[in-house]
Amino acid sequence: MSTTVTPPAGIERFTAAEDTANIDRLFGARVRRKEDPRFLTGRGQYTDDVRVTGTLHAAFVRSPHPHARIRNIDLTAAGAHPGVVAVYVGKDLADAGVNGIPVGWLLPGLKPSNHHAIAVDEVRYVGEAVAVIIADSAYAARDAAELAVVDYDPLPAVADAEQALAQGAPVVRDSAADNVSFRWEIGDSAATAAAFANATTVVRQRLVNQRLIPVAIEPRACLATYVRATDELTLWVTSQSPHVHRLIMGAFVLGVPEHKFRVISPDVGGGFGSKVFIYTEEVAVAWIARTLERPVRWTAERRESFMTDSHGRDHITDAEMAFDASGRIVGLRVKTLANLGAHLTLFAPAIPTYLYGTLLSGQYRIPAIHAQVTGVFTHTTPVDAYRGAGRPEACYLIERMVDLGARQLGLDPAELRRQNFIPPNAFPYLTPVALQYDSGNYEPALDRALAMADYKSFRAQQERLRQQGRYVGIGLSSYIEACGLAPSQVVGQLGSQAGLYESAIVRVYPTGKVTVFTGSHQQGQGHETTFAQIVGDRLGIGIDDVDIVHGDTGRVQFGMGTYGSRSGSVGGTAIALSLDKIVEKSKKIAAHMLEAAPEDIELTDGRFHVRGSPDRSKGFADISLAAYLAHSLPAGIEPGLEATSFFDPPNFTYPFGTHIAMVEVDADTGQVTLERYIAVDDVGNVINPMIVDGQLHGGIAQGVAQALWEGAEYDDNAQLLTGSLMNYGLPKAHQLPFFELDRTVTPSPVNPLGIKGVGEAGAIASPAAVANAVMDALSPFGIAHLDMPLTAPKVWQAIQKSREAGAKAGGSSATTGR
Amino acid sequence: MSTTVKTRVSLTVNGTAHEHDVEPRMLLVHYLRDTLGLTGTHVGCDTSQCGACTVHLDGRAVKSCTVLAASADGSTVTTIEGLRPHGQLHPLQEAFWQEHGLQCGFCTPGMIMTGVGLLRDNPTATEEEIRDGLGGNLCRCTGYHNIVRAVQAVVWQMAHTTEMPALVPGDVIPPESLPGGILSSPSGAEINVPNPKNR
Repeated sequence: MSTTVTPPAGIERFTAAEDTANIDRLFGARVRRKEDPRFLTGRGQYTDDVRVTGTLHAAFVRSPHPHARIRNIDLTAAGAHPGVVAVYVGKDLADAGVNGIPVGWLLPGLKPSNHHAIAVDEVRYVGEAVAVIIADSAYAARDAAELAVVDYDPLPAVADAEQALAQGAPVVRDSAADNVSFRWEIGDSAATAAAFANATTVVRQRLVNQRLIPVAIEPRACLATYVRATDELTLWVTSQSPHVHRLIMGAFVLGVPEHKFRVISPDVGGGFGSKVFIYTEEVAVAWIARTLERPVRWTAERRESFMTDSHGRDHITDAEMAFDASGRIVGLRVKTLANLGAHLTLFAPAIPTYLYGTLLSGQYRIPAIHAQVTGVFTHTTPVDAYRGAGRPEACYLIERMVDLGARQLGLDPAELRRQNFIPPNAFPYLTPVALQYDSGNYEPALDRALAMADYKSFRAQQERLRQQGRYVGIGLSSYIEACGLAPSQVVGQLGSQAGLYESAIVRVYPTGKVTVFTGSHQQGQGHETTFAQIVGDRLGIGIDDVDIVHGDTGRVQFGMGTYGSRSGSVGGTAIALSLDKIVEKSKKIAAHMLEAAPEDIELTDGRFHVRGSPDRSKGFADISLAAYLAHSLPAGIEPGLEATSFFDPPNFTYPFGTHIAMVEVDADTGQVTLERYIAVDDVGNVINPMIVDGQLHGGIAQGVAQALWEGAEYDDNAQLLTGSLMNYGLPKAHQLPFFELDRTVTPSPVNPLGIKGVGEAGAIASPAAVANAVMDALSPFGIAHLDMPLTAPKVWQAIQKSREAGAKAGGSSATTGR
Repeated sequence: MSTTVKTRVSLTVNGTAHEHDVEPRMLLVHYLRDTLGLTGTHVGCDTSQCGACTVHLDGRAVKSCTVLAASADGSTVTTIEGLRPHGQLHPLQEAFWQEHGLQCGFCTPGMIMTGVGLLRDNPTATEEEIRDGLGGNLCRCTGYHNIVRAVQAVVWQMAHTTEMPALVPGDVIPPESLPGGILSSPSGAEINVPNPKNR
């Protein structure tokens, strides 16, 4: 048996997992993950771990130019290299009828793109594939790829969205001569103009939300096999949504019948959105395996991941926030340029529109909001969903503007937030940007976060430290997230080309053991545990008696996959609905066995008993065995015990909370140190607090990294400068502190489990919290805003500029230095 | 197969002797994954930054993407699969499980092999020393929070052997087996524990 572990100094909660023997209720318990033993012992199976005898290896020849016409590709030497089996160029696939990858979300007037698996005639970003070599070993394929001779006619290129809109800018796609893919707006422009006209204070700021690269540690990979005799194509692929992969690749790109095409995503080593989309390499490998009738595999090298995994964010925004004399926000006006890259990937048009513009009310009662978004093609890697996907951009904007407003108004940023919160009695709350928030209670989370930070003491200490020439800062971020993506009818009206429900089959075996087939998937979130907790909790059985199956179209019914913090609230609820059906049928069988009325049967601790007579009972395995023996079932009851449900929620869910970052800036070097990070989140009901905390840790780390270190950079010729882990600022362990977390719980009314979702919350809230903290630290220098990432050189230069200006003006001690 | 010059390598991996003809340029990680089928050692980058490929080479944690199979000739290698006999967990594996030190699991084998090496070199590592010691291993899921806690948990266990918690339910590791017990390889003798002072 476990003994109590006394924590080392400074560690307030040491033992994360609870002993399952001491748990009253599985739902809400901190149980260890069921999936961990295989990962801990090297027995996980990721796509690149799948071994098929006789597999060939693909290596792609990639463009070094961001924009060029392909004059000629000579693969003679490559094809003659020892071990090479076949070589292909884009035209080979196009001539064979392989279509471009379609976009899955349409907006009015949208100019789509035709994203070929291998470029035909023209390349539009660095890293775009122009040919593929197939060889009997990965080494031979790469050697041969080096021998490809491609004659390019380099053309002018543009990487920046603003520059792409300038007159005479290089054109990315002939179908969009102005480089505009779409123009989109939301809100009431006239009402917003009136609000600004009547405002007493207006703050304006240009905000750049820099481009990020997701960097899941598992590189993308795929392996395809084809059996001519049965016409069966199988694709193992690093996908967050294998059914969507099959549907789009089968029906729209390859022309392969859905029932003859199996997509398997085994263990997925992180995705953060980047593994939702259909990628060109997957199309090429599947087609080549089918053509050669040989297994073919490809695994990205990290440099390929940097160039070709979809990127995230990349907004340039002009924002204006209007206040009345009492500090109430009366209007918000936003103009955003969203850099989409060279092609539109699956959800690309939805991210900077319906997942961004609709979130611009934040936690605040803002009477008038108007947002315009222009989606811009550039000669860069396509941009799509990355953890948060539109919502971090919205949160950063609102929370930066609120802080700038507080500074201009001379108000405390915490109190300005509190004053503008949507009050708890206003829910469900309809914002001016079309969303109806399900439930919320924002002040308790703010209060708890302020208490954890000891906010008042910090302010006093901050003043003392400034006298000593030390610059500490505190930053708040009170965020809202829309997740649990969600009502199919609504998203269909908004342009989605797919529904957003989720499916679940609960299959009970004669012995009472259970397998759940979920249409969702996992990329590290621990659904094999949390979903089993839902089942164990409802049926009164242990989680070791439950297995969760996902990620295989050959085993699992159609489903939508994992993204948008939807798996718990939508996928988990689909399981719960199937469990309701199982329990209902079980009660009828129990009533029959116990000679009682079904309405008198209760399920307690895994036993079905007659109300008021706990001794007249049957265990769950007794019922399941009876269901399958079928020797004596009630009239009208079929044998077997299995239920299918598709859950389509009536609304999104809206998690919220307040995060606080505390930083110190070294004024001599510009180095920012994150001293403390406090997060109080409300994600509705929690299935497993340990896993929820873990989701927040990871999301916060990614958001802190956006604020301080990460950013994809292109030079003026659209060359990717941050193309490897040597020059992209992925955080390491020593750069981050322990995170201090707490929760409030406001159940969602949208689903019967009361779950809101947690996968993205940390990444949404944290960039603004950290940026606000750094700006707070820099306030003695008169620095109001710097764009992320707040690297040491950038901060140092701003301080120098301020000191030089201060010296000229004979300024304060801060600006003249210590 | 492509015709290339081959070189003969002999290695002991997880206690088993192997002998193969390999290309001189073959990386140790590819030898482990593709020749021996030990896919628990992962490849997450091509610039020796991510550490997912970390194994123990003659008792030292190394990135197997930065070692040629040929230069490991005659060596003893321990991979994540061989850290403990199948079905058993090393105390650090147990701590990762208990502290939720993994999410997607892809960096985990490398993190654990690095962590075991770190604990061997510095059994009393502080939080700062642990964070520095893990600097060659990247995780994108956990923010390192629970990974650091998992390593701390083992540090704490080694320092408090008399209050040793159950590392495996019902299976208390006897205090006399620590710290050597925690740090030794499955076969005990095959790992030559280097003296940190000689580094």
